[in-house]
Amino acid sequence: MDHAAVGVGSACSEITLENLLQYPQGREILTCIQCGMCAGTCPHGEVMAYPPRRIIGMLRAGLLEQVFVSDSLLACVGCYACMAKCPRDIQLTEVLLPLVKEQVFLRLPELPAELHKALENTLRYGNPMAESPRKRAAWVKTAGVPIRILAEDPRPVDVLWFVECQNSYHPRGQDISRATARVFHALGVDFAILGNEEKCAGECARLLGETGLFDTLMDYNMAVFSKYHFKRIVTSGAHAYDAFKYQYREAGFRYPMEHTTPFLSNYVDSLKPRLTRKLGCSVTYHDSCCLGRHNGFYEEPRMLLRAIPGVKLLEMPHNRINALCCGGGGGGMWLDTYYKAKGYERLSERRVKEAVSTGADVIAVSCPYEVSRFEDALKVLGYDKKMVVKDVTELLSEAMEG
Amino acid sequence: MNILVALRMVPDVVEELEVAADGKWLDLEFVRMVLSESDDHALEEALLIKERQGGKVTVLALDAPDLDDVLFSALAKGVDRAIKITGAEKGVMTREAAHVLARVISNVPGLLPADLILSGTQAYDDLDGLIAPLLGHELGLPFLGIVTKLDVDLSAGKARAVKEYPEGVRGEFEVALPAVFGIQAAEKPPRYVPVAKVRAVMKSQKIESVPAPAMEEVGLSMIQVLEMSKPQVSGHAVMLQGSPQEVSSGLCAILVERGLL
Amino acid sequence: MAAEFWVVVEHWGNRIGEITYEALALGREVADELGVPLRAVLLGHNVKEMAQSLGKADVLTYVDHPLLSEVVAETTAEALVQLMKEEMKERKPRGVIVPLTNVSLGVGTLLAARLRLPIVNFCKDLKVVDGKVHAKSVLYGGKMESMVASDVEPAIFGLWPGARKAESGRVDQSPPIEEVAVSLREPPIRLQRYIQPEAGDVDISQQEVLVAVGRGIQGRENLELAETLAKDLGGAVCGSRPVIDQGWMPLSRQVGKSGLTVKPKLYLAAGISGAPEHTEGMKDSALIVAVNTDPGAPIFNIAHYGIVADVLEVLPALHEAIESNKGGGKHAA
Repeated sequence: MDHAAVGVGSACSEITLENLLQYPQGREILTCIQCGMCAGTCPHGEVMAYPPRRIIGMLRAGLLEQVFVSDSLLACVGCYACMAKCPRDIQLTEVLLPLVKEQVFLRLPELPAELHKALENTLRYGNPMAESPRKRAAWVKTAGVPIRILAEDPRPVDVLWFVECQNSYHPRGQDISRATARVFHALGVDFAILGNEEKCAGECARLLGETGLFDTLMDYNMAVFSKYHFKRIVTSGAHAYDAFKYQYREAGFRYPMEHTTPFLSNYVDSLKPRLTRKLGCSVTYHDSCCLGRHNGFYEEPRMLLRAIPGVKLLEMPHNRINALCCGGGGGGMWLDTYYKAKGYERLSERRVKEAVSTGADVIAVSCPYEVSRFEDALKVLGYDKKMVVKDVTELLSEAMEG
Repeated sequence: MNILVALRMVPDVVEELEVAADGKWLDLEFVRMVLSESDDHALEEALLIKERQGGKVTVLALDAPDLDDVLFSALAKGVDRAIKITGAEKGVMTREAAHVLARVISNVPGLLPADLILSGTQAYDDLDGLIAPLLGHELGLPFLGIVTKLDVDLSAGKARAVKEYPEGVRGEFEVALPAVFGIQAAEKPPRYVPVAKVRAVMKSQKIESVPAPAMEEVGLSMIQVLEMSKPQVSGHAVMLQGSPQEVSSGLCAILVERGLL
Repeated sequence: MAAEFWVVVEHWGNRIGEITYEALALGREVADELGVPLRAVLLGHNVKEMAQSLGKADVLTYVDHPLLSEVVAETTAEALVQLMKEEMKERKPRGVIVPLTNVSLGVGTLLAARLRLPIVNFCKDLKVVDGKVHAKSVLYGGKMESMVASDVEPAIFGLWPGARKAESGRVDQSPPIEEVAVSLREPPIRLQRYIQPEAGDVDISQQEVLVAVGRGIQGRENLELAETLAKDLGGAVCGSRPVIDQGWMPLSRQVGKSGLTVKPKLYLAAGISGAPEHTEGMKDSALIVAVNTDPGAPIFNIAHYGIVADVLEVLPALHEAIESNKGGGKHAA
């Protein structure tokens, strides 16, 4: 499924549930054969009252309002599994679900408390954690390599590195940022960051249905980008990648753009001689939903991992297009309490059990949410002595030392 | 039913607060303003009463940075009218703010007679007085503070109010209306309003701007701040360092030593 | 005119509030510095015998009125206004301390407004500088302090709990009593009944160990972590206001201004920032351990031990440490 070819982006923003039939993507939705692959593959399939199949059925029957007043779609984690498996190639996660979730969101009588706070914080502070924007670049001081901040030094630069919220504020995210900076530096990449001017890209708010928040963040980020001169954007945020690639186009985003993992895979020949330390561990790679299913970057992270001496790559049964979502997307990052109250199994725990079954020492990831979610799951399940979670760039950085 | 809610913006403590160069107040350059938490509850309580019993809710506030967002958000939540009071002296303290609010409430058509006037029970910068009793005094109305629930019986001209006392005890009061209430917490946590709704309201509704009346008296506060500083702490906790596992075993040892384990 | 220094007595539920003794201890110091007598002002109905523990004051003014049995700011303030107008014909209070608690909140402001006097709120200390009373006030939830003075006397000082130790303000002897009458009209605010907190739950004020949770616990389902730890330590779980407001715990578990005051042997504050409204309810605990991700959280100023970390990591780690301590090996003493 080549999404770039489908022309997702500018056309989609004008599609509404009313004018669906005026757009090819809209008419496509109605070609659904009601096979139920979407419901079957959905990680929350057992609890989802309205999987895409039923939504389309309700749409055809003129009963969509019933879907809007159900809170069931809060269980959608925006993992693209339904869309990847749909035999009709209907753009479920990209077109249908956001349209429906926007209506659901507007009608929710009350938001779960943690989610409420995360959204308010994102609007106010540019990050869901209620951290001061002025501390967003605090991690830079301990990176160990020089990092240019554009507000202080606005000269043109090759790469604008969009660091993203988790990787700026969360202690584990900061580890990943420091590792990324070191790898960039070792490769001689000419890069700079926005520092305190950076705000959340907004993709998870959008996937949740909070399109107003997304629009506000998009407007802001586009304005900040336009202040500086850079050739391309590289982001550590898998969701940010999606936002820039698909949604920001309607605001005029035309910059060449990559996610760090595929970006670094272009340098694998320069990297290999620098990866001098043997790590001596077995690693299983967790395909993130955005990078993997949605954008097809399956081999790039594996290429990087295979380049590290002493790393043995093991595959989980559900890998590549079949990977199991960690449960962080679509607002899921802040709905763990809500899901738990409803008795759902934690998706991150489900995935960690599978990872542990491979016998690997390390789960390698490339989306910022995954680190804290899997570390948490390992602790809860009591596997935290057996297995650790590392971002691919962390492993590269570790292999560069000594 | 006519409900007025007085809102105030206070410095947001998520940001590091710094003292100004003259050492007498906050360095206002880096301060971000946020709606005082109990005012947010007062607004929520007003909306809950309106949803239950009907009526009209008007919010008023003295102009401050980021106030517009708060007022539009209030309109998106269901408030009927939002009034911004411009031109008041910068950095007025609570006593003067109450005086300005009271004059505006009395002079702007359609605000009085009000049945309920709500505000937060206390803002963390109410150094020279609490807003709700000050409003009560300025408007000649009775005041009840630390309220967590209000039920209005308009035909009888009364409200039932629940007020908090210590130790979890509450008091139920009958209050003759109109009256001023200092809200401690609304019956439900303040609601979320989707940003799309706020953006729509920014296009479709207006905030009314009313100039602050000229102050016929100055120096209502009668207090002088001689100095402001970060707290000097006579004692500070002994900080345990290390990973969660390390601090836990350290703490365990301390508890054993104290006979608590 | 004779100068004095005044303290308004707070009482509720047939008891003198602890803050009254704290205020008397502080008032005594100020009065002595100023070289003036300390007057306690007791308002109520049939509470004259409460004067028996107020011996820290040199003299006590007692105002009795049936309407004062309903403890509400409007009525108390009105009585005080009349009293002060009358008394100030002959006496010159150099300052009046009015407590700032759930019982007295609003009294000081109404008094100041109606008599056109200054009020300084959130006081945690008073001192005399060059013959004038200066107040140290707390602002922004404890993040800043200010020194405040006024040219107008008397200033009303809204006093927060904790300024002095209550024991040092209590003297079991009645000062000489002067009775003053006031006339009060039927107030527009009438107490109908008191609502007691739900019974059948744990009385946290009797617990020796409390694990207190605040916003840092993030979600109702994480309370398990606190409950497990409380069990390990032989105590109970309690919470700060935000957690109770969310409905994660009943009101009977609330510690602080609107909740209970507790003095356990161990108070483990998990994810609590330490705003004064909370700390007033637990600051006298024998051992306070605080866990918070914010190194600048005010709780660390009153805690004995502090840990800068996420409670969701520390609570389980602590549980494990306690488990292995039990199983692993108790050393011979």
